[in-house]
Amino acid sequence: MAETAFAAQLPVPARVVARRQETAAIFTLDLEFTDPTQRAAYRFDAGQFNMLYLFGVGEVPISIVSDPAEPQRLGHTIRAVGRVTRGLAALAQDDLIGIRGPFGRGWPTARLSAEQDVVLVLGGLGCAPVVGMVEYLLRRRLFRNLSIVQGVKHSDDLIWRDRFDRWGAEPRVTVRLAADRAGPSWPGHIGLVTELIGDLPFEPARTLGMMCGPEGMMRAASKVLMQGGVAPANLYLSIERNMQCAVGLCGHCQFGARFCCHDGPVFAYPEVAPWFGRKGY
Amino acid sequence: MATRLLRREQFQQLLELLTGQGYRCVGPRVRDGAVVFDELTAVDQLPAGMVDEQAPGRYRLRDSGSPRWFEWATGPQAIKPLTFAPRETLWRAQRDGEGTITFTTPDRQAARVAVIGVRGCDLAALALQDQHFLGGIHPDLAYRARREALFIVAVHCARSAATCFCVSTGDGPAAQQGYDLVLGELEDRFTLAAGSDSGARVLDELVAALGLPAADPSDEAAVTAQVERAAASQSRALPGRDLRAGLAANLDHPQWDDVAARCLACGNCTSVCPTCFCHREADVPELAGAASDHQREWDSCFSGDHGYIAGWNIRQQPRYRYQQWLTHKLGAWHDQYGRSGCVGCGRCIAWCPTGIDITAEAALLGVAPAAEAGDG
Repeated sequence: MAETAFAAQLPVPARVVARRQETAAIFTLDLEFTDPTQRAAYRFDAGQFNMLYLFGVGEVPISIVSDPAEPQRLGHTIRAVGRVTRGLAALAQDDLIGIRGPFGRGWPTARLSAEQDVVLVLGGLGCAPVVGMVEYLLRRRLFRNLSIVQGVKHSDDLIWRDRFDRWGAEPRVTVRLAADRAGPSWPGHIGLVTELIGDLPFEPARTLGMMCGPEGMMRAASKVLMQGGVAPANLYLSIERNMQCAVGLCGHCQFGARFCCHDGPVFAYPEVAPWFGRKGY
Repeated sequence: MATRLLRREQFQQLLELLTGQGYRCVGPRVRDGAVVFDELTAVDQLPAGMVDEQAPGRYRLRDSGSPRWFEWATGPQAIKPLTFAPRETLWRAQRDGEGTITFTTPDRQAARVAVIGVRGCDLAALALQDQHFLGGIHPDLAYRARREALFIVAVHCARSAATCFCVSTGDGPAAQQGYDLVLGELEDRFTLAAGSDSGARVLDELVAALGLPAADPSDEAAVTAQVERAAASQSRALPGRDLRAGLAANLDHPQWDDVAARCLACGNCTSVCPTCFCHREADVPELAGAASDHQREWDSCFSGDHGYIAGWNIRQQPRYRYQQWLTHKLGAWHDQYGRSGCVGCGRCIAWCPTGIDITAEAALLGVAPAAEAGDG
């Protein structure tokens, strides 16, 4: 886990240095700490998250989508859905917020090498944590074959179409899109993401699978990958739960015996298998 | 130092000694028909003769006429609020005219508190809360300050309420761990022993001031005998110390729907539970808009929004909230803290408005269905 000089229980002021609208409801904030010392000291791992604090309103956990090699400028892609995120959506450049973090255990970057295949399965709008990982992998070429499959309910829900196009043009990268329902000129598959996995270029014994999205989708994708010969311990899932303290104390993010805020949010499949897919957990 | 004898009429000296050392004394008092921990300055405030008649969904005090102060078994609240505050400010954000935000932590100094009359179950619960709030990678500073300022005078239970089942959890009726001083109450006197260095120092001073004699072996035997009687009188029990396997095997058991039909999802059980740690965080902005306190307050896995994430709820139906509570309390706690999260105090039974009995539910849901008889 990345070391941090910050008090885990006290936010640090940060400035909005850029704001990009991704879709009608999704936006990205690039943030930097106002204090140069804190800016210089901050480090994070791919897949970790920050608690973003909006003055007088509250905090939300948001994963860091920018590259850990550039920890002075922190990208957060957010969907405006609740009280805090709708408030964050109204921020403009140079506005100030608070950040606590980074928290949690991210993607298994220590296990990556140019020798293995990587299959990334993304579902719905919850794909931001994996998008950061795709850029991470591409910049470092930490794969033999990289496959990216993205599923959406409706083709209009797809964000970052240009990114998928750019990724798909890279050597040894395969991009597949799936929509349950599609409008005209949809270039992808109509149906489930899991129907695309079997044709991807990966050798099961040397494959790492990483998933983020609706749990039903991740469950189905895990099943297909395991049936295809990928070991459960080589499958990683990003699990979302209610998080309020981010330090393993408030109890909301429990997933069975795991605290998503510090045991996760990224888990190896066997770590959550007893509760994965169990209603109520 | 050996166990000493403290006569009932000398007990006031203990309170005064602790007060003289800068402690605010807190102890059992009768308020609103219940025994609660509150400010204690004089022994005549103690609940003399009070016994608690407890049953599922029922708690009544009765005056037994006994001179004893600790005949009651459990009040509605353990000592949890003394260390895990029901509501407190974690930090404060202030914004000036330019929009600059500064964050400050409140003063974490905690007043010294001596709490009198703590039971074995509540000590076990405190040890679990210590593990939760202090044992992780981010120890809770506010909890730690209060915990370090706490002086604990425990008492061995001489009587169990009908809702008590600490024998089956291994946490009582004797006080076993984590106290500074421990009392055994007899008719006109107490056995008094130290369980920590600071307890030993207080006991030394008390012995120096009052010349307390060593306890007679017959007095110690009498305390032990009444603890054993309290243990033997318990009619409730959990079906085992580790119910993980049974709970995991029974997630589809129809009993979950049965208990859900009786559960109001009110959260009384978690409010009175001495080990429950869930809390919510929320901002409380000042009206003028220049400052906002980020507060936490006790929450419950029975709350409607405990399982809320970005537009949906993981535990919409009470069935899944009860299941989360029970499988966490009796199951996942083992993985998280090395033991069950239940200390057998029975408060959740008495204070459940519909009288749901955790021991009865666990007997059905915590025990794996009998394995098919094999041929070996």
